[in-house]
Amino acid sequence: MTANLSSPADAKPQLSTLRRFFGYFAPYRHEIPVALLMVLIGATSQAIGPLLIGWSIDNLILQGNLPGLLRMLAILASIYVVGFGAIRAQIRRMGGIVQRLLGQIRQDIFDKVQSLPVSFFDRSEAGDLMSRLLNDVNTVNQAFGLTIPQVLGQTFSLVGIIIAMLSINLQLGLLSNLVVPLMIFTTGVFSRWARSRFRLTRQTIGDLSAKLEEDIGSVREAQAFNRTQLNIEEFDSLNAANRRANVQAVAVTAAFLPSIDFLNTLATAGVMAYGGYLATTGAMTVGTVTAFLLYVQQFFRPIQILSQFYTQAQSALAGLDRIFLLLDEPVTLQDAPNAVEMPLIQGQVRFEQVEFGYSPHQRVLKGINLGAQPGQMIALVGPTGAGKSTIINLIMRFYDVSAGAVTVDGIDVRDVTQASLRRQIGIVLQDNLLFSGTVAENIAFGVPQAHQVDIEAAAQAANVHELITSLPQGYRTQLGERGTPLSQGQRQLVSIARAVLLNPRILVLDEATSSIDTRTEGLVQDAIARLLHNRTSFVIAHRLSTVTQADQVLVIQQGQIVEQGTHTELMALNRIYANLYSLQLGSV
Amino acid sequence: MQESQPQASNSLRQLQRVLSSLRIYPLLSLGALSSALLLVAAYAITPQLFRWAIDQGITQGNLDIVLYSAAGLVMAAIARGVFNFGQSFCAEALSQSVVYDLRNQIFSKIQTLSFSYHDQAQTSQLLTRVTSDIEQIRTFLSTNLIQVISGVVTLLTIAIILLVMNWQLALISLLVVPIAGWLMARFFRRNNQLFRQVQEQLSDLNAVLQENLLGVRVVKAFVRESVETERYTRLNADLVAANLKTLQAIRNTFPYIFLASNLVIVMVIGYGGIAVMQGRFSVGELVAFNAYLLLILQPILLIGFAAPAIAQAASSAERVYEVMDAAIEIKDRPHAMPFTTCGGRITFENVSFRYPGATSPALCNISFETKPNELIAILGMTGSGKSTITNLIPRFYDATSGAVRIDGRDVRDFTLASLRSHIGTVFQETTLFSGTLFSNLTYARPEATLEEVIAVAQAAQIHDFVTSLPEGYDTVVGERGVGLSGGQKQRIAIARTLLTDYSILILDDSTSAVDAQTAAQIQAALDDLMRRRTCTSFVVAQRISTVRTADRILLVDKGRLVAQGTHAQLMAQSPLYSIILESQMKAAPALS
Repeated sequence: MTANLSSPADAKPQLSTLRRFFGYFAPYRHEIPVALLMVLIGATSQAIGPLLIGWSIDNLILQGNLPGLLRMLAILASIYVVGFGAIRAQIRRMGGIVQRLLGQIRQDIFDKVQSLPVSFFDRSEAGDLMSRLLNDVNTVNQAFGLTIPQVLGQTFSLVGIIIAMLSINLQLGLLSNLVVPLMIFTTGVFSRWARSRFRLTRQTIGDLSAKLEEDIGSVREAQAFNRTQLNIEEFDSLNAANRRANVQAVAVTAAFLPSIDFLNTLATAGVMAYGGYLATTGAMTVGTVTAFLLYVQQFFRPIQILSQFYTQAQSALAGLDRIFLLLDEPVTLQDAPNAVEMPLIQGQVRFEQVEFGYSPHQRVLKGINLGAQPGQMIALVGPTGAGKSTIINLIMRFYDVSAGAVTVDGIDVRDVTQASLRRQIGIVLQDNLLFSGTVAENIAFGVPQAHQVDIEAAAQAANVHELITSLPQGYRTQLGERGTPLSQGQRQLVSIARAVLLNPRILVLDEATSSIDTRTEGLVQDAIARLLHNRTSFVIAHRLSTVTQADQVLVIQQGQIVEQGTHTELMALNRIYANLYSLQLGSV
Repeated sequence: MQESQPQASNSLRQLQRVLSSLRIYPLLSLGALSSALLLVAAYAITPQLFRWAIDQGITQGNLDIVLYSAAGLVMAAIARGVFNFGQSFCAEALSQSVVYDLRNQIFSKIQTLSFSYHDQAQTSQLLTRVTSDIEQIRTFLSTNLIQVISGVVTLLTIAIILLVMNWQLALISLLVVPIAGWLMARFFRRNNQLFRQVQEQLSDLNAVLQENLLGVRVVKAFVRESVETERYTRLNADLVAANLKTLQAIRNTFPYIFLASNLVIVMVIGYGGIAVMQGRFSVGELVAFNAYLLLILQPILLIGFAAPAIAQAASSAERVYEVMDAAIEIKDRPHAMPFTTCGGRITFENVSFRYPGATSPALCNISFETKPNELIAILGMTGSGKSTITNLIPRFYDATSGAVRIDGRDVRDFTLASLRSHIGTVFQETTLFSGTLFSNLTYARPEATLEEVIAVAQAAQIHDFVTSLPEGYDTVVGERGVGLSGGQKQRIAIARTLLTDYSILILDDSTSAVDAQTAAQIQAALDDLMRRRTCTSFVVAQRISTVRTADRILLVDKGRLVAQGTHAQLMAQSPLYSIILESQMKAAPALS
């Protein structure tokens, strides 16, 4: 599934995508007829002009009928004014419908994102996914947002013109209209040709951007390793390839409009020749020929706009394909149909013969058994990638076990709702992710209706209250993209406060070892100690002090618990744990 | 990076610089320009052919003339087609060439700018300049520039032709130009703010989406889904409202322009019709006039749309040249000589250093001298200045006062290339590159053999891991070295550095992410290498466990060299050293 989301969707069955896109128009089906009527009126007012002008020339101007001419012009002017009003109304109605529709698509995307399980996000690259989604909605907006009314109008115009011409003179009309299918065919050929050229340009610009991003971000390494010249040369060849590909692509697109124009002129010339012949033999009037000439001139614009629309629509449809792929992604972790609310947790957590793997042929946990009594602190140690964070994933029910069961107070976590379970579990993870919003909002992340008093109390317990009040705007300081950046240590304190406010019965903690300065380190250790007090906690331990104070230490190696016990017991065993410990101690 | 106040005159001047680079491609420039001008001529001739066909041909009953003018139309169309193609192709090829040069120039500049520049610059800002700013300039060159030129020429040509044909009618018709111009100017003035608002709303909305994607665990753990959805819904509604306002601005502009041009046509038919009735004007002339009017509207629109595009391209040019004009702080002196051998005597003579823009100095009067084959450890807390010291040796920065010497020669007397190729540095943050493990390891020496690579991998204790992978050294590594743990990345970085021609080795806190056991193994292997191959080695660290075995430890605190000596000497003589030792025993990290 994800592979399709990352790769460009090429020429797939586009009809189904279109149909599904049209489905989004359903809520507006009462407004659409009026909007379409406006479009029709607007197009007709444009199409009728040449007809009336031609008629005026024959029957009024050449007859010297001045009052008649003035009357006709008044009619024409009013038709144009009516058309003007219709076009304004059409922009408002159709444009409004499309914008609200796009808002719905954006909403659907977000709702879907919220419902998908953690496993989906671990598989796809978040940044890539996001830029795709946003680009795609943007492309749809550009292709359809403002142009749908115009496209509809031009289509109606085209049809109107053809009808008008046929009704004036069948033969001449057929002759001139021969060119329309030719134009459409040419458009098809060119766009197929252009598409393959542009696929190449997308690739070259992608390669160029990737190289750019990598080299700009690694300037220090390049200078330290004297790699600058080589980087510049490699960049130049990608740059040149991109230039070549683009020039080749434009050779196609530059030839397109002139070809259409040429066909248009062939038609005009044909009309003039044959029409002129008819006029000289008296079978056709000057005015009629004039009208025909003006109409043939008007062919060009609709075809031009429609072909531009066609290309844009292609990218938009590809984007819609990806969006619909996301919306169709199955939600693999859901509350069971008869799930109940998790009652107030006492704090007993058990893993019973748990087996788990992130993919079918990969076993990260093999037959894990562990039990924590309420209030106990369980330290998890072991080499990287051994499954410690997986255990956390399973307690939080970010993933479900493949075999065995995870129980809290004897209740299988799959039998309760995710929300009721997680509301009682607090986490402090390695990355200390904060969100855009005020400091207070971040601390109250899990308890949005918390009072300022409680927020400050939680901050106090996390040793971060002084720090916050020393900021220029205190608790109202904005964090995130447009806000004040905090240091790693300070962010960790805020995330601890966030967990404190939740007052969870179970705590999950990943002790980060990023470079925090000694003073903040002290504050963090103290805050964590307070946080762990009286709660069942699972700690991925990185500090000696944590391990020595744990009620149980689990040594995890290659998906299995190889040693289990208190610090003292494990030291007495004098095997794996003792080895790790003395190595650490001896090297200080 | 400091954003300068946008000054219209400065950005236009930068745009002029871009335009002057068109001179490098005279053929393409002239090709585009002449095609544009000839295209205008081809367009201008068509209505005259109509007139000829109607007045001389149809009304006179002269079929020959009708057929001649039909043929003329076809030839004009062919000419139009050729010149249209010429104009589009030349303009695009020209823009691609100019931008190709710009990209190369700015890329080289970025690669050669010193560390101090990059400390203050943000990667994303630099990227924007090389990608979207340059693309903005390119679009301007390939479309707007030529559209403005041909638009102006078209308007002037048609205006002249109309005035010659019938000056009264011409004046009526040309009314449409100022009306349209005024409406468009008003539209862009208002739309500017609207457009910026829409962009802001969009980025606010995207920020929420991004946070929820990246922080999915936190959102789910704190059961925050509904609150986040509410936030998003509100912002989404704001965005829709902003877009609707844009629609309204469009609604109040363009339909009026089209109505104005339609009414002008009506007036022309009226006034012109009367003139025909009075014999002052022919039907052919009237039809031609009408055809010219249809040609006027598009250039007006194109010129109108070009105005904001010019402004955007100008500010993009300003941003691009800001980088290109940046001064390169660290470069070779005029008579720099190559660095060849190293005796091992590295001297810091009263070296002080302050980062550009910093209020306090990072290093204050540092003086020390190394002896040949010494392993020097530099110990200090975060922000003490320890990494700054080693950054001065390969001249990543230059001392603000004092001198850094190697065997008595100031490092600034050597060429950068020769100096750096003999100093191997392992940075604190490991950056790996997309490619295979092999290409990453041979980053500095692409021509290295597999045997050489295996040798350094073994020394860095990473060979066993690599051979455990199904594809071994050909395993593909992601952009940021995804799929590898912090410790594995660091070991690869160490191996990478070992493959260079180093005489001096600098390891900056390079085993911080590695577990104790592996760190000990790496240290043992490196100790050996360092004593054998280098003339001096430096290890920068926070943990005393890393520096115990060094020949000499330099203890740095707040930019000053506080003490130096062996571990035993420092334990006995330095109170600060003892304090650090004690606090580290309590909070030993990396047990796992």
